[in-house]
Amino acid sequence: MEQAVIEAKGLVKKYGDLEAVAGIDLEVYGGEIFGFLGPNGAGKSTTISMLCTLLTPTAGIARVAGIDVVRDPAAVRQRIGLVFQDPSLDDQLTARENLEFHAFVYSVPAPDRRRRIDEMLNLLQLADRASSAVKTFSGGMKRRLEIARGMLHQPQVLFLDEPTIGLDPQTRKSIWTHLNELRDTKGVTIFMTTHYMDEAEYCDRIAIIDRGKIVALGTPDELKAMVGGDVVTITSTAPGAAAKEIEDMLGVKPARDNGTLRMEVPDGKAFVPRLVRELSAPVDTVTLRRPSLDDVFLKLTGRAIRDEEVSARDRNRAMASRWMGRRR
Amino acid sequence: MTVETAIGPVAAAQPAPVDTRAASLRAIYIIWYRDILRYWRDRWRLVASLAQPLLFLVVFGSGLSSSLGGAFGRGTGISYIQFMYPGIIGMSILFSAIFGAMSIVWDREFGFLKEVLVAPIDRWAVAIGKALGGTTQAMIQGLILLVLAPFVGVNLNLLTVLELIPLAAILAFGLASFGVAIASMMKSLQGFQVVMNFLMMPMFFLSGALFPLTNLPGWMTLLTRLDPASYGIDPIRRVVLSNSGVRNVDSLGLTINGHVLPVSLEAGIMLAFGAVLLGIAVVMFQRRD
Repeated sequence: MEQAVIEAKGLVKKYGDLEAVAGIDLEVYGGEIFGFLGPNGAGKSTTISMLCTLLTPTAGIARVAGIDVVRDPAAVRQRIGLVFQDPSLDDQLTARENLEFHAFVYSVPAPDRRRRIDEMLNLLQLADRASSAVKTFSGGMKRRLEIARGMLHQPQVLFLDEPTIGLDPQTRKSIWTHLNELRDTKGVTIFMTTHYMDEAEYCDRIAIIDRGKIVALGTPDELKAMVGGDVVTITSTAPGAAAKEIEDMLGVKPARDNGTLRMEVPDGKAFVPRLVRELSAPVDTVTLRRPSLDDVFLKLTGRAIRDEEVSARDRNRAMASRWMGRRR
Repeated sequence: MTVETAIGPVAAAQPAPVDTRAASLRAIYIIWYRDILRYWRDRWRLVASLAQPLLFLVVFGSGLSSSLGGAFGRGTGISYIQFMYPGIIGMSILFSAIFGAMSIVWDREFGFLKEVLVAPIDRWAVAIGKALGGTTQAMIQGLILLVLAPFVGVNLNLLTVLELIPLAAILAFGLASFGVAIASMMKSLQGFQVVMNFLMMPMFFLSGALFPLTNLPGWMTLLTRLDPASYGIDPIRRVVLSNSGVRNVDSLGLTINGHVLPVSLEAGIMLAFGAVLLGIAVVMFQRRD
């Protein structure tokens, strides 16, 4: 049996009456990329903070690298790397100076400092900018630098809280390439939170969290198999009538969201021609696709991940940091 | 299942147990070094921070000097601008020390403080590193003004300069520790304005930097004696003016019940103040947030 690098049993965090994390059990194994997926406010950051010893659990136990997070937080911190949701670099200093600072406070032995810093700068493709002030870096470069920093003291686990938030799709992809590379070359276990469903697919295993509880846990394929077959979505100018017809004639009950009807069917390729042939209500578009993690979340919670709200928050965050950046 | 079960290549990279005391000393050094590096790199701040003392000396000092005429100094032969000059050195130290410590609030705002606070080091090391960083900056900001001595009619010699270094360091340490203690309690930059208005300015005005702390109304005498900066600025003044033909400079100094305090006692009070405030800062840092 494989030994778990992260274990949590009955982990709870309460703020007064509010239960931010309502009893979480999980095990993450060595060399895994484990994703913690859920909407904002689901308890992702609270959970990761408890595992990283930044918050004390109200109840339950958690062990990271075999060490109890409450009993010996300093020992846990020495063995984990952290990449926070919000930037935590000194942007007046250069990339190398930021890494040197980290090497000092994490007691990287003096003879290894330079070698490890160079290695990480190379791995994350920052070597040519090592002597530039961080304030001249793009968002993606800053993230890469934070990952390099998190790996500098050779942690067993790298924790990343929303590592790709606010980055453009291309940059997000490159971050993933780097994370995979680190896992493969350094054997580090990666634990990350995200609210991007498409991204969670790159993880080896995912826990879907909603309202402080894990509602599903497994590989992306296992989770997607929980949705029966394919997902068919139609848009219609008369969605009410269309929904009724579909239910009566095809025996499928569609979920309605304004003008959009969504249904899960075992064999989508055969279903769509029947749908188009037999439906008398007007249909504007028909989409057929394999189920995504969005569908899994929808099925498990009855709600879509609130992307609207998320993107509004991203925007605010971006604006705030731009404003502060100028002030500095 | 055995504990030795390999969990991938990382198993070989188990960190050796870290000597926490050595780690904390390294942390103090690197936190101090970062502050100095930033201070050195930010040349504009260096220049800008000289503007204010110059403005005080040239405009305020000259203006008040000419309107007071010979009325100032009560027979000590000191001009107002000579009197004020060491006060302005003190002011420079006071402001830089507190501003320097306020970088903690900036770090909190911009996230860097998190990197420091989650590191496997003792929190007291963070407080001490920041206090020493602020002390060093403030000391330099104060001592740099010694180059103006010839322009205000003050004679310095090597001995007085050597005496001034520890006195400036003690004042800087006391106020930097005070700043770190305040900053450790503040969660936002808004609080900074409040500190400026309700602590730093009164501390400056009551410190004897701008006027002698003698023959004041009773309430004000009390407040000036409660102001820790008074005990740091008075010895600096006495040493700065010791070589400039000023008669009985001590008569303008800090007295308690009519007794002039010895420089060593003043320095001791300042050091004790710094130590207590640093202690408070350490306690504040150790609370988990």
